[in-house]
Formats: sequence, C-alpha cells, structure tokens
Amino acid sequence: MADTPSSQTMLLQLVSPERVLVEEHVTEAQIPALDGYIGAMPGHAPLLSALKAGGVMTYTANGQTKTLAVYGGFVEVLPDSVRVLADAAEFGSEINREKAQARLQAATKASEQTPAENVDPQLALDELNRAQAAVDAASAKS
Amino acid sequence: MPSLIDFRRRIRSVKNTQQITKAMKMVSAAKLRRAQERVIAARPYAKLMREMLANLVAAAASDDRAADSPWLVKREVKRVDLIFISSDTGLAGAFNSNLLKAAQRFHEEHAGAEMTLTLVGRKGRDFYRKRQAKILSEHINVLNRPGYQDAAEIAKEVIRRYKDGETDAVYLINNDFKSVMTALLSVTQLLPLELPKQDAAQAQTDYIYEQSPLDMLERLMPRFVEVAVLRGMLETVAAYQAARMTAMDTASSNAKDVIDSLTLHMNRVRQAAITKEIIEVVSGAAAAE
Repeated sequence: MADTPSSQTMLLQLVSPERVLVEEHVTEAQIPALDGYIGAMPGHAPLLSALKAGGVMTYTANGQTKTLAVYGGFVEVLPDSVRVLADAAEFGSEINREKAQARLQAATKASEQTPAENVDPQLALDELNRAQAAVDAASAKS
Repeated sequence: MPSLIDFRRRIRSVKNTQQITKAMKMVSAAKLRRAQERVIAARPYAKLMREMLANLVAAAASDDRAADSPWLVKREVKRVDLIFISSDTGLAGAFNSNLLKAAQRFHEEHAGAEMTLTLVGRKGRDFYRKRQAKILSEHINVLNRPGYQDAAEIAKEVIRRYKDGETDAVYLINNDFKSVMTALLSVTQLLPLELPKQDAAQAQTDYIYEQSPLDMLERLMPRFVEVAVLRGMLETVAAYQAARMTAMDTASSNAKDVIDSLTLHMNRVRQAAITKEIIEVVSGAAAAE
C-alpha cells in the first residue's frame, strides 16, 4: 500500500500544566481513559474523555514504543491528532523504581487501612492507582 | 568644604553599592530567563484546556441537570473572592505598588460586594494585614519555584467556596510578563466562566463523550482555576524578575552618575589644594627675597 505518511500517523501532544512532554507524529497510542483503555490510531472518531487517576500510556512512533505514567487529566482524540491534558505525567525512563515501589507500598498500606478517619477512600484509591502506574511505567521501560 | 578623604570614602561606598546592584541585575537576568521558559512551557496546556472547555460548555448546556450545576449557573454577584498575586521581595521599582493600586481600583469597582482575599506573595500580605480585610488564606515563599501542586493548594479553598455557593465570583489580579521593560497588569475573571467569542465559535466538532459532558466539566473546572492560578504565578514571577532587572540597571547607572560627579568634585578640591600650596610656596619665596 502506497499510503502517504500523513494518513498513517497522527500528531500526539501530551502536555502537563508545567511542560510539554510529547509532541510527535505517532502511529498508535494507548490511553488510560477513565472507563478503560482507548487504543487510538489515525482516523479515530472525535472523542473526549477523562483519564484515570493513574495509568500507563504507551505510544509508537517510528516503530519505537515509549511508555509514560499519566496521573489523571483529559484526552481529546481527533482523526489526525490526539491531545492529552495530563494533571501530571512522567516518562517511564525518568521514574526512580525504588522510590516508586516505596510509594506503592505506602499507598497500599494506606488503602488497606481505609475506611479510616479523615481519609477519603477515593483519594487513597487514586494515590494507589498513581503509585501502581509509576511502578508499571518504570518496569515497562527496561 | 568636605576634604579629599571624605570624597574618597563616599566614592568607595557608592562603588560598593554599584557592585551590589550590578550583581543583583545579573541574578535577576538569569532568573528571568528561567521564569520565561516556564511561562512558555505552561502555555500549550492552557490553550488546549480553553479549547476543550469551550467544547464542553457548549455540550453541557444541553444537559437537563445543567440548571443545577454551579459551574454553568451565574449567580448575582454579592460576594467576590479575589486572588491577589504579588512578589515576596521588593527592589523592583513600582512593581508591587502598581499591583496594589490595581487592587484598590478593583475594591472601588466592587464596593457593593463582600470581598474575601487569597493572598500570594509577602508584599500583598503585608499591605492587607494593616487594613481591615477578610483574608481567606496567605501564601508566602511559594513564588521561588511555583509548581502545579502549589497552585492547586492555593486554589482549593476558593474552588470549594464557589462550588458550595459561598462566593459568587472569583477574580485574579497579577502582573503579566509582556517584555523586559513592561509588566502588564492583569485583572481576570476566573469564575463564572467567561469564554472569548472565538473560542465558543470553534466548538463545533461532534465528539463522542465517554463521560457525560457535565461530569467532565465538573472535573475540568477545578483544573481550569488551578491552571489559571499557576499561570498567574509564573507570569508574575517573570514580570517581577524583569522589573527587578530594570530597577537594578537604573540603580547601577545612577551609581555611575554619582561616582562621576563625586570624582569631578574631588578633583576640584584636589586641584584647589595644590593651587593653594603653590601660592603659599611662591608667596613665601617672595617674602624671603
């Protein structure tokens, strides 16, 4: 198939309030949306969704797959672009795995203790999700 | 007439001051560059968010629960929350006094409303402490390196108040960084949400909504306020460093002027002393003849 490159790729933009993490033409992206993963490829129907409090996102550009931990936010999918507004995000390669593990343990402990006083179970669960995402993203890199 | 040694001392003292102001200018220049980079890095997010908001507001308006949503309903403005961002330190010319003047104007414009303040930066805090003002919270020393977490912390209580109907409007006053020479005063209405017309016109794509638009709006609006606060902080930091750099540059060149004029005076005194001595020698010699 002699397809033009533009119809095989889409522009992925991943931005957090503090910086732009990804701005690249990709062939595929897996997005951790609130109600489950969305696999986006070029030509996807327009879609808006919130993201999970913590999830692993992967995308493929030039045959290389990269992994990020994304901590909540929103995604807009258009036929030729994907725009992720993350509350916070980091590349798997940037995450210190020991620290992430320690965070996960602390979060697991905290969530097991719920319902405790003055702890919102939803917040504890979100933190657990974020910690898990960080560990998963860090592991996927190697 | 001050003596030669007095002039020397004064000149040395002014030179020391000049060295300090020069160093401060360099520090501000370096900090300004970093602050500018952060302002620029934060822009894409704000832009994408505005576009997404425009879409969501248009879509959420047709929801039958829209009339109950605090984010869409506009209340009569009887109580106003003001987030005021100033700098922690001075030495930046009229930077903070301009901000405070803008705040005073804002108070006059909203004289009928009950005002509650959220203060970021020491200068604004010190100003309002001396006055009868209702202060919700104070945030000092967050401007050294403002991050999203700080902004979220500052905005949290204000968002809750608006959502629970304890306040009817939220405004933000800060300085925007325009160029090194000019800081632009900015008074922004954050809530109720006012979308620029061209943003609303762009909202035409027919999206699949994974969650209902109203639910997403509920999630997005707090973010919107937090990001606006973060942007305000970043802009203010950049504008502050620019103002400080300009002020220190002026101070350095003033010091140079002072040194020049002192040196001139010193040389005159020196010359007068020499002339006097020559006259004494000459007249002494004439008397001896």
